[in-house]
Amino acid sequence: MIHLENINKTYYGAQPLHVLKGINLDIQEGEFVSIMGASGSGKSTLLNILGILDNYDSGLYELAGVRIWDLSERKAAEYRNHMIGFIFQSFNLISFKNAVENVELPLFYQGVSRRKRHALALDYLERLGLLDWAEHYPNELSGGQRQRVAIARALITQPKIILADEPTGALDSKTSVEVMQLLKQLNCDEHITEIIVTHDPTVAEQTNRIIRIKDGVIENS
Amino acid sequence: MELLNEIWQTARRNKLRTTLTGFAVAWGIFMLIVLLGAGNGLINAQLQQSARFLSNSMVVFGGRTSKAYHGLEEGRNIRLQERDIATTSKEFQNHIDEVGANYSTSGIVANGQEYISTEISGVYPNHTKIDKTEMLYGRFVNDIDIREKRKVLVLSNKQAKELAPRDYPALLGHNVKVGNIMFKVVGIYKDEESGQSEAFAPYSTIKSIYGANTDNAGNIEFTFHGLPTEQANEQFEKTYRQRLNANHEAHPDDESAVWLWNRFTQNLQMDTGIGIIRTALWIVGLFTLLSGIVGVSNIMLITVKERTHEFGIRKAIGAKPWSILRLIIVESVIITTFFGYVGMVLGIAANEYMDATLGHDVIDTGLFQATMFVDPTVGLDVCIEATMVMVIAGTIAGLIPAYKASRIRPIEALRAE
Repeated sequence: MIHLENINKTYYGAQPLHVLKGINLDIQEGEFVSIMGASGSGKSTLLNILGILDNYDSGLYELAGVRIWDLSERKAAEYRNHMIGFIFQSFNLISFKNAVENVELPLFYQGVSRRKRHALALDYLERLGLLDWAEHYPNELSGGQRQRVAIARALITQPKIILADEPTGALDSKTSVEVMQLLKQLNCDEHITEIIVTHDPTVAEQTNRIIRIKDGVIENS
Repeated sequence: MELLNEIWQTARRNKLRTTLTGFAVAWGIFMLIVLLGAGNGLINAQLQQSARFLSNSMVVFGGRTSKAYHGLEEGRNIRLQERDIATTSKEFQNHIDEVGANYSTSGIVANGQEYISTEISGVYPNHTKIDKTEMLYGRFVNDIDIREKRKVLVLSNKQAKELAPRDYPALLGHNVKVGNIMFKVVGIYKDEESGQSEAFAPYSTIKSIYGANTDNAGNIEFTFHGLPTEQANEQFEKTYRQRLNANHEAHPDDESAVWLWNRFTQNLQMDTGIGIIRTALWIVGLFTLLSGIVGVSNIMLITVKERTHEFGIRKAIGAKPWSILRLIIVESVIITTFFGYVGMVLGIAANEYMDATLGHDVIDTGLFQATMFVDPTVGLDVCIEATMVMVIAGTIAGLIPAYKASRIRPIEALRAE
């Protein structure tokens, strides 16, 4: 599903910073993977490259057989929309849209009709146990509920992979467990490829494979 | 439809911002329209005043010398005489068409029990061309009246109403008494409401009855041609003045021995004045509009900055740069159009209100009555143009930050809070 070959990335600031120093990585379809590393290890950069939010300097990245290289903003947006579902630490829901409208949004950018996407969004909210909260705005929801709305939003386009950046970082331990169980269940039942970036070992332990990154290279475990 | 719904959501959730933007736009348009309307009202009133007089005409009055000359001291009263009329009509035929004169007397006009006290002006037929009078019934003084010194009278509709309150048009053809002499009413003219009402009679009649024992010929009035510029008029006035001054032993350069009221130069000056008012109005108006535009662009700038994070989210989940750009522009256009329209409607309403109140306010100075505002409105085309300018400028103002927002990388946008 994901094929990385010798990925390099340097940030050119006052001091050039070589963040990724030749990453080689293969992730198969249906895998449930976590990427662990200390802050500054390059794990967030790697996630951004995987999510086509950032570009890389050299190497090869293939996502579901498509080479991701030198994409226009338009094309990148299209790939993100169709192939990737994002889950963020800070949820990143749009505050003036209610739960169901937030979930609908990716389909809006696919040009899906209003009625169809609304029905689909309600369907996903129901699966995540949030049907009663569909008309609530993000500030009327708890942290766990917000993250579940975000998960529904990530799932609604039926992406190839789910990328989660510290999905439990802003949640208490009880809801953290619930959210992780949910992600695990999605992987088990629906064989969705999931990649979770975290620095929390208890989160990483629940995944099937742990990739450790240190100083821009993957450590062999 | 989808886009409108998106915009409606943002507008509803950001009431203050939407209101402020709207206010800036509506206020700009409103002020512009009211300002132009008021200016047009003033200008129209001026034009209406001057339209009463034929522009190629001049009236000459006797004055008072201001310079000693030929052993005669200054401060002599000058009265125009028959020979001045003769001089005017014979020696200036290059430019002067018809020469008339106006000799006024005051008298009492009576019709049975009803009577009025009025000014009776003995005039030539050309008076109705120079001081435009609209005949309602009958005719004005004509050449035969002058030649035969007929005792005929032209009254204003107001005077006629006072003399025959029941049915004033019936006064036509009737005889009325002016002092002890019978005059036949041959015409009724429309009183313009500004200026004193007067009755007209043939010059020769009035002069022979009331001015026989004086050399005073009254005022001279004439129409002229072939003086297209201000310089030509000044030159003509100078030679004409010198000639009349010579008739009265006054210094050739004495400008107060005879007074010249040249409607043409007066109109020219007024045109310049109106031009200045128009320009000033447009400059102030455009600056008002500009302040509205600055308001819109300022708010658009803040809006885009505020929503950077939101745009980051949208981009991460698949919004293309174009859809972000379109969202901002359409929002800006809709808000400016809607509030511009509101401002336009309010401005037109304010003008109509002004027309209904001030437009009919007649200022009575005692000597004459005048309307300060006539039709203080702006054409719909100007209103729509102003609104269009606002919408387009608002869009351009929104375009730059919108373009920046659409270009920003999603990770940077997501970091912004």
